[in-house]
Amino acid sequence: MSRVFLTTARFLRTQGARSAFLRALSSEAADTGSREHIDGLVKKDKVVVFMKGVPQQPMCGFSNAVVQILRMHGVDNYSSYNVLEDENLRQGIKDYSSWPTIPQVFLSGEFVGGCDILLQMHQNGDLVEELQKVGIRSALLDKQPDTDKDKQ
Amino acid sequence: MSITAEYIKEKLQRELEATHIDVEDTSPNHCGSAFNVTIVSAKFEGKPLLQRHRLVNACLEEELKDIHAFSQKTLTPEQWQKQQK
Repeated sequence: MSRVFLTTARFLRTQGARSAFLRALSSEAADTGSREHIDGLVKKDKVVVFMKGVPQQPMCGFSNAVVQILRMHGVDNYSSYNVLEDENLRQGIKDYSSWPTIPQVFLSGEFVGGCDILLQMHQNGDLVEELQKVGIRSALLDKQPDTDKDKQ
Repeated sequence: MSITAEYIKEKLQRELEATHIDVEDTSPNHCGSAFNVTIVSAKFEGKPLLQRHRLVNACLEEELKDIHAFSQKTLTPEQWQKQQK
């Protein structure tokens, strides 16, 4: 046993071998930040959100805003990924979409934007249309008659 | 070295030829980690929201690495005028 350890230690003494060993150790984890992996994630669901925390408990105000906007439109069934749990994914998603911040929202595999953009799309009505394009009927469309009735 | 609202304002004004800029440091104690920005520029004309925001992000690429919260509104001069009425 100790002989194995000694041999390994000797092997790792050279700088090149050491970094190769470390690379081998981390290669599995690094995969979650790769283009191929993220490409698969964003195309897996009609709505995909990369955020801090989870929809039930967002860990940042911007991520929370995105969750609340989607909820208003009745979008509850979406895939979300917590970047706080995966540093590779956190950096990988920024590289993937060339977007420097979290949260990030994808519709049918296409990058839509972060919190600011989703909020403005919500305010100007574009979000209802964009959801429609991917086959999701916004719950706000069904609520419209009610608010009209309230006004009368 | 912390980033100041004045610095962001100057840089955006220069690089995006903005005609109006509001920069508000919303971080606690104004420590330069959170900003609310409104930018009015003719360069935004004919560009969808995502592209406008990308222009701003590209301009502040280095700074955004140190800024924790960044909110932006991007308007064309025409949109800005309508909003003022």
